[in-house]
Amino acid sequence: MAEALLATESLVKQFGGLCATDRVSLEVARGEVHALIGPNGAGKTTLVGQVTGAIRPDSGRMFFQGRDITALPAHRRAHLGLARSFQISSIFLDMTALDNVALAVQIHQGHSFRLWRNARADQSLRAPARATLDQVGLAARADVMAAELSHGEQRQLEIAMALASAPKLLLLDEPMAGMGPNESQRMIELLRSLKGKVTILLVEHDMDAVFALADRITVMVQGRIVASGQPSEIRANEEVRRAYLGDAGSPR
Amino acid sequence: MLTRREGAICTVSMAALALVPLLAAAAGEPFYIGFVARIMIFGIAAVGLNFILGFGGMVSFGHAAFVGLGVYAVGLAVHHGVSDGFVHLGLVVALSAFAAFVIGAVCVRTSGLYFIMITLAFAQFLYFVGVGLKQYGGDDGLTFRGRSDFAAWLDLADAVTFYYFVWAILAAVLFVVYRFVQSRFGMALRGIRSNEQRIQGLGLPVFRYRLAAFVISGVICGIAGALLANLTQFVSPAYLHWTRSGDLLVMVIMGGFASVFGPVLGAALLLVLEELLSSYTEHWQLLLGPILILVVLFAKQGLMSALPPAGLQFKIRGHG
Repeated sequence: MAEALLATESLVKQFGGLCATDRVSLEVARGEVHALIGPNGAGKTTLVGQVTGAIRPDSGRMFFQGRDITALPAHRRAHLGLARSFQISSIFLDMTALDNVALAVQIHQGHSFRLWRNARADQSLRAPARATLDQVGLAARADVMAAELSHGEQRQLEIAMALASAPKLLLLDEPMAGMGPNESQRMIELLRSLKGKVTILLVEHDMDAVFALADRITVMVQGRIVASGQPSEIRANEEVRRAYLGDAGSPR
Repeated sequence: MLTRREGAICTVSMAALALVPLLAAAAGEPFYIGFVARIMIFGIAAVGLNFILGFGGMVSFGHAAFVGLGVYAVGLAVHHGVSDGFVHLGLVVALSAFAAFVIGAVCVRTSGLYFIMITLAFAQFLYFVGVGLKQYGGDDGLTFRGRSDFAAWLDLADAVTFYYFVWAILAAVLFVVYRFVQSRFGMALRGIRSNEQRIQGLGLPVFRYRLAAFVISGVICGIAGALLANLTQFVSPAYLHWTRSGDLLVMVIMGGFASVFGPVLGAALLLVLEELLSSYTEHWQLLLGPILILVVLFAKQGLMSALPPAGLQFKIRGHG
């Protein structure tokens, strides 16, 4: 408990009759890559939404660095160091890649009520934004409109925007969704390079990626956690095989 | 964003506007001085509206409210014997900022169609307040004598002086809005328009930025109203009517909401068409409609994108 960066305590969220989150208690330890897997409709995205503050839970509590964040609005949580990427790329399509990241840096700095100076000439925004683009491998695409980036590049850009806020916890909702094998491989390399620098909660369907990256894996089925443990334990878990891995064939 | 191309169009247009009184005097047609002053005043209001529409994605159907407040504030002050221009300016800024703060605090929580309807409802509310002011002429309005009195050397009763006063304020508003748009605040505003969910996820408290933009926009329109009162020396609820809010929207859309200067062109086009067509027939609005449709069809980004040189195109996502 003392080690946990993020902890949820019996979170419950119902949509009508459907229990999307059913007494979920999850702990993400500082420094780990924690994968959250489960079949479609298991409630993974709903859980991420509650952690970031986009969705309000019906009951239960959440702690970040030991602090109760259950009642905090999304933007306050972001400033505490919680950054997320979305399942469907969520970027500013009508801005360049560099402007996207510079805006993320600006919001992290918390000084957006400045009305006079040219934000595009501000090196305290541009320099860190360029460095972050470089980190995710998009340096050469800095001045390209985000809408004109390839799907894989847009996902990289999203990670860059999340990183720009120097987060303590990175919540990645299916970063590999819709990617070809080459793009996936590049994303795995990128996430591996972040390992140890930032704690990651990774929601992902790509089992190759999950088993390549995760220190711990939590399995959700129908809103409930059915297993949590080391990758080897999860691989060996009968219930998990039956509920989830079975239909896609056992992983590798 | 101000591209080099927009900068050129803006500079050339402002220079041309500065020559109008000389040309009008040479041609012996002083009517045009007042007419073009009117275009510039509505240009200011349209630039103010476009600050939240083009750059903030907030389609307000009630900005006549702020123009009307400016008109009433100056008109009633003069009517009651207060002619100090600085008092007028303070009054107009305070009043339009307060009204925009109250209206905005409700409106900016909503978006899309709801935003349109609520801004419209507030403006219509003020319109009926204006109609109800029987001591100031109610429906018929009220003519007053006198103008804002700023300084002995600045005699706004002189048409040419007034013209250059309006020109200077238009230039100042354009400069300020241009600075705002490319500042950190402007970037945040564009981010909100582009992807509200994302910018919230990044940690921006969206509400206060939209509200601040709404207030800035309202104050600019209020200032336009104060100038309009000086031009017409007449207050009337007609200034608050929803069709006036519609006119402002038409100016912004025809001029081009992707630019700071575009709405000034829109104001010029609408008022010139109105003037030309109404001299041919009293049913001029029948002709205006199809012309507006053609403009929007053939210049999707408004006049701003149709003007030469077309080399540098605006990079902007279509709103849809």
